[in-house]
Amino acid sequence: MQSTRRLWLSQCVGIAALAEVAAAQQHAHEAVQSSTAPAFQTLDPATAAEIDAITSQIIPSSDGPGAHEAGVIYFIDRALSTFDAHLREAYRTGMAEVQQKRNELYPKSTSVAALAGEQQIKLVKGIETTPFFELLRTHTLYGFLGNPSYGGNRDHIGWKLIGFEDRMVFQPPFGYYDGGGQ
Amino acid sequence: MSGATFRPSDAVDFLVIGAGAAGGVVAKELSTAGFRVVVLEQGPYLTEKDYRHDEIRYTYQAGLTNDTKLQPITYRKNESEQAKPVKAIMYGRQVGGGSVHFTANYWRFHESDFEERSQFGDVPGAALADWPIKYADLEPYYTKAEYDLGISGLGGANPFEGPRSKPYPLPPMPVKSSGVLFERATKKLGLHPYPAPMAILSQPYQGRAGCVHCGFCEYFGCEVRAKSSTLVSVIPVAEKTGRCEIRPNSYVRKIETDAQGRATGAVYFDANKREIFQRAKAVVVCANGAETARLLLLSKSKRFPHGLANSSGLVGKHLMWDNGGLAMGLFEHPLNEYKSIQVTRVIHDYYRADPKRGFYGGAGIDARFNYYPANFALQGLPADAPKWGAEYKKMLGTYFTHTMTLLAHTSSLAQPGNSISLDPDLKDAWGLPATRVTFDHHPDDVATMKWALTKQIEILEAAGAQKTWTSSMSLQDNMPSVHLMGTCRMGNDPQQSVVNRYNRAHDVANLWIVDGSNFVTAARQQPTATIQALAYRAADYAIQNAKKGDLKA
Repeated sequence: MQSTRRLWLSQCVGIAALAEVAAAQQHAHEAVQSSTAPAFQTLDPATAAEIDAITSQIIPSSDGPGAHEAGVIYFIDRALSTFDAHLREAYRTGMAEVQQKRNELYPKSTSVAALAGEQQIKLVKGIETTPFFELLRTHTLYGFLGNPSYGGNRDHIGWKLIGFEDRMVFQPPFGYYDGGGQ
Repeated sequence: MSGATFRPSDAVDFLVIGAGAAGGVVAKELSTAGFRVVVLEQGPYLTEKDYRHDEIRYTYQAGLTNDTKLQPITYRKNESEQAKPVKAIMYGRQVGGGSVHFTANYWRFHESDFEERSQFGDVPGAALADWPIKYADLEPYYTKAEYDLGISGLGGANPFEGPRSKPYPLPPMPVKSSGVLFERATKKLGLHPYPAPMAILSQPYQGRAGCVHCGFCEYFGCEVRAKSSTLVSVIPVAEKTGRCEIRPNSYVRKIETDAQGRATGAVYFDANKREIFQRAKAVVVCANGAETARLLLLSKSKRFPHGLANSSGLVGKHLMWDNGGLAMGLFEHPLNEYKSIQVTRVIHDYYRADPKRGFYGGAGIDARFNYYPANFALQGLPADAPKWGAEYKKMLGTYFTHTMTLLAHTSSLAQPGNSISLDPDLKDAWGLPATRVTFDHHPDDVATMKWALTKQIEILEAAGAQKTWTSSMSLQDNMPSVHLMGTCRMGNDPQQSVVNRYNRAHDVANLWIVDGSNFVTAARQQPTATIQALAYRAADYAIQNAKKGDLKA
């Protein structure tokens, strides 16, 4: 099998370029190694738990793992520690608004994470048109479906859900209809 | 990265500003003709070893494109508005420029594109004009580009294209499910689908690898050098001559001129923000439809008080950009459109403008997938679908692999009020005025996009889609524009254009301008083939002039 594949590849890219493809495959492989992020760099654990609770309503763990299992919160922490450090203030004020909304809806509650699932859904409905929710949704989806090297999409949970495979080489047919399907 | 090294005080024959689709071609042509060339590129010198399958880096962050944190852009709809920071435009910012991350569609313009004003007539509110050249003038250079760079396609398969002197050097890429469905549907409708001409190698070519179908073309740099960017095709040839130096991280702030009004070189910031003056006997600006105009406007002097080469007042004016709507279809079986190149089939049946429609405009339509995983989750589902929660998650599970896109590439009329100018208030990280974009759609362009969408839906339905939907047609949907055209228009009349029919500035004898800025019309988008054909042609004339002694400083 391996040799047939190598033969096909060599016809496709040319013998001279095989090493190039191998190198590209190697860095693709390195890039998708899930890096575990045991500690938060920017978020405090309490805030992280609150954000995690909201991302878990964006991609819930119903019918299989969701944002929580994929480690989306670790991606968000990484983003806020690096390329999106300028968005920390947006998170601070955004989460304050969320807590205010929670107080309005559930005055006796103490945290988003402690709310029942149905209550969390009602809370998210209350904030879903805010710019902060759009930011959180964007981060959640990049964390869920982006490259695992950023701390999210653990074990390719997001990619498995949507049916995406990260490979350096594909071979036709790619789908049902180019494979002769009517 | 093995070219020559020149001292800034050494007046090289040509200074090329911008190492993108045009600059790479010009550098190769001039250096192989025996001239000494320095190419200043504002972005870094990356190679295939730097590129990754990383949607976060290349679509969320500005991995290969202009970063508005460093170079802010302001936008306003018209001159009466105050421009606000908005990422209205996007361009490649590394050696190879946009040819590194583009989708690699490689369409020739049609014969009619060069004479639409004569054929269609005047359009109120627009500055529709004929080009000063015809398709036949560019044909040899389209062919040269296709062979020099490596383009895959099927010559003669598009019945609407002008005559070609040679077939493509490489056969078309393998068809994808979107292409099969599109071909079936368009044939049923009596249309003429053809294999997409792509700047991607379907087979090994000139020592480079054929495509391995990994799927990361649009927005990404190719990791196996199968995409025919200038970075992997012509720039290495230029460097190999020993007469061409590619100088990355070199951000030009002014083109200097002497008492006779000739260009003498350019001042740029190096990687450490030190100012350096590189001397040259002639200058070729290839900095893209936004940055070229901006640089000329920045290059004011006593002799050129309104900016260099701007006696017409048209530098920065007539900005045209990337128009076209998206239609999506859901199919019963998996298409797996995330694999392989984006586009495999195209139609040009609706390309020509037809007065009977009641508005100017036309469309080329391609079958593709326009998304990567996170972007699909963010924007790919129908507008009425949930945006979060259990049902949303369930939809992602089927829609990603079962969806295809039809993208229309539609006309964009040149209008006097649409422009690139210098923002009077905002500065970039180097202290230079930010790019200010003033742009509003012409009503005919909106009508064309809406009309094309009805055709796109019709095709998807004929293909058997279970469900179809479209993106909304707001101005924001076409932002950031990635095709930047028209801001240094080509023409015979120095009062009505910035460069002559050979891309030489009317006002400055040793200044050449070659990129999308020269376009008189936007055709139906996909400007790269025409930018590069113009670059080969302009280089040809620059070389002839130089050999006649035009470079005497």
